[in-house]
Amino acid sequence: MAHRTGIEVSLAIAEAARQAEVEVISAYPITPQTHIVERLAKMVADGDLEADFITVESEHTAMSAAVGASLAGARAFTATSSQGLALMDEIVYLASSLRTPVVMALANRSLSGPISIWNDHSDIMNVRDAGWISIFANNGQEAYDLTLMAYKIAEDHRVLLPVMISFDGFILTHMIEPVCVFDDEEIKGYLPPFNPPYKADPEHPVTFGPVGVPDIYTEAKKQQDFAIRSSISVIKEVFADFEKEFGRKYKPVESYMAEDADVILLSQGSVYETTEIAVDRLRKEGKKVGSAEVRLWRPFPFEDLRKAVANAKVVVVLDRAISFGGQPGPLLGEIRSALYPLEKKPGVIGVTAGLGGRDIMIQDYEKMFEYGYNYLKTGKEPEAVTIVGLRE
Amino acid sequence: MAFDYTPYIRKDKFPNIWCPGCGIGILMKAIIRAVHKMGWKREDVALVSGIGCTSRMPGYVNFNTLHTTHGRALAFATGIKHARPDKHVIVVSGDGDALAIGGNHFVHACRRNIDITLMVLNNMIYGMTGGQVSPTTPAGYRASTMPYGNVEPNFDTVALASGAGATFVARSTVNNPALMERQIKEGLQNKGFSVIEVVSNCHIQFGRRNKMGDQIVMRHWIKDREVPLRKAKDMSEEELQGKFVIGTFVKKTRPEYTEEYAKMVERVKGSSK
Repeated sequence: MAHRTGIEVSLAIAEAARQAEVEVISAYPITPQTHIVERLAKMVADGDLEADFITVESEHTAMSAAVGASLAGARAFTATSSQGLALMDEIVYLASSLRTPVVMALANRSLSGPISIWNDHSDIMNVRDAGWISIFANNGQEAYDLTLMAYKIAEDHRVLLPVMISFDGFILTHMIEPVCVFDDEEIKGYLPPFNPPYKADPEHPVTFGPVGVPDIYTEAKKQQDFAIRSSISVIKEVFADFEKEFGRKYKPVESYMAEDADVILLSQGSVYETTEIAVDRLRKEGKKVGSAEVRLWRPFPFEDLRKAVANAKVVVVLDRAISFGGQPGPLLGEIRSALYPLEKKPGVIGVTAGLGGRDIMIQDYEKMFEYGYNYLKTGKEPEAVTIVGLRE
Repeated sequence: MAFDYTPYIRKDKFPNIWCPGCGIGILMKAIIRAVHKMGWKREDVALVSGIGCTSRMPGYVNFNTLHTTHGRALAFATGIKHARPDKHVIVVSGDGDALAIGGNHFVHACRRNIDITLMVLNNMIYGMTGGQVSPTTPAGYRASTMPYGNVEPNFDTVALASGAGATFVARSTVNNPALMERQIKEGLQNKGFSVIEVVSNCHIQFGRRNKMGDQIVMRHWIKDREVPLRKAKDMSEEELQGKFVIGTFVKKTRPEYTEEYAKMVERVKGSSK
């Protein structure tokens, strides 16, 4: 049976990759991701994992080698953060358009400059439109579970797309948390052997990645979008099966006390759990507040979001990145756009916080709710960009 | 009288982040002394770095400094030199920064022979991120991503730079600060691309993993493996296995990139008149 143990979240993710029996791991050192692949390197060296570990010379190579391995029919894994993901970017787009079910663990960290090794969501937002299935884990247990589920989703023949699991750098990666780790026997067979319909095969040689002339490029892109949009049903199916089998429930949009809430604070990642504490505190004061999370970032869960916030009067969107000169938060823009077609819709306002490792305190969340109530009363939106916790 | 470093450092940024006993400070001081001896004004010097332990130097030295992304210091420096060919451009890098993720820029800077002086502090490991194997980790030595010893052969920085066309190539170690300073000065004097490798101790990430002892023991380990170039000439390849040959390997003249570029511009301007 699964045993509950105290484990550093990075090591729990490495454990999930081992239990997924990944065959090729290619990764380059970058803080705060490094512990994951260091542990995998040791597992491979100790013979605990039958895999090749490629110590590549850059993240660009890490992603290229993962895509190559996947095309050759191997289950591939990589992990990175921040600048590493930015350097991978070119191949991140190839992984999805070549339909390689690579899984990436992304320890969220801010992008330069200034150079910062600390946590925010600017790295993931940079690859928002890259065609990967993208899921947020909010704690160690979720990072572990979702890494296993990622392969189930990615390799499903109805999907065949890469999946990235995001989890907050340092806040999660370097924390020791209680995690229910499956016994190998228990999880064996959860993932069927990797059997992609198209792979490099000496008996039947094929070409991957040729030029898409104007005559076919458009259709290829439409197919790609169709694939990721349709994958939401498979994702929900994998979540439901996991719950049935192991009892832990995952939803594309998570919510807490949101059903009857006037003001909902919507966020992503580990902060979501802290917003729940703020909700409890404000509920005690008689305020009808709730919180929600867009866990499934891509494909965007339009219907689930609409249901989750339908009854609210205001949704306060907490962004962990800035869309400079734009929306001003990438999450805010998405939420507004998703709710816009509704006849009866809540007001949507945005705040930003927690950039480059700046802590967000309970009082900060309370302040965010205040912005929501203020909007309810006055109709006045916080100006762009309102950063809670900014030193002025 | 002892050398006064104070005009060249930003005292308010100290203490630095380097581990006690790290060799990077020795390199930093040698660079400062070499620049001082060149008689250059601080304003005329740009010091550029990428990412890694060595790359933290731009915070501490009082030149025009630029701290860029992992591996790209030479690319940024190439831009600086293009824009201001009359100024002096210095790049400091580690082995991972210069030879792994930035390897492409390294060979092309050598090929172009652009007037930049690159110092590669080779501590044989990725120190900052926790001791992963680097392109200069000697075969058989342990790293966090090679827990039972490195199976990959390592780069010879000097051979790589020489082969790719650098016009001044030298190597020293942290045990030879005076030699290091002379080599850096010669590199700065060279009108072209200069590569100076400095073999250093990372007793925290490399030494600890390989049970080599503290910084003193590691410096002895390096010292025991130092062979002066003139002596190495009479030694066989086998005898030189695992040794650090120190000295100046390449010192030659070849057209410098920004000068050639300026000449081309003049030539084309002239012909269009």
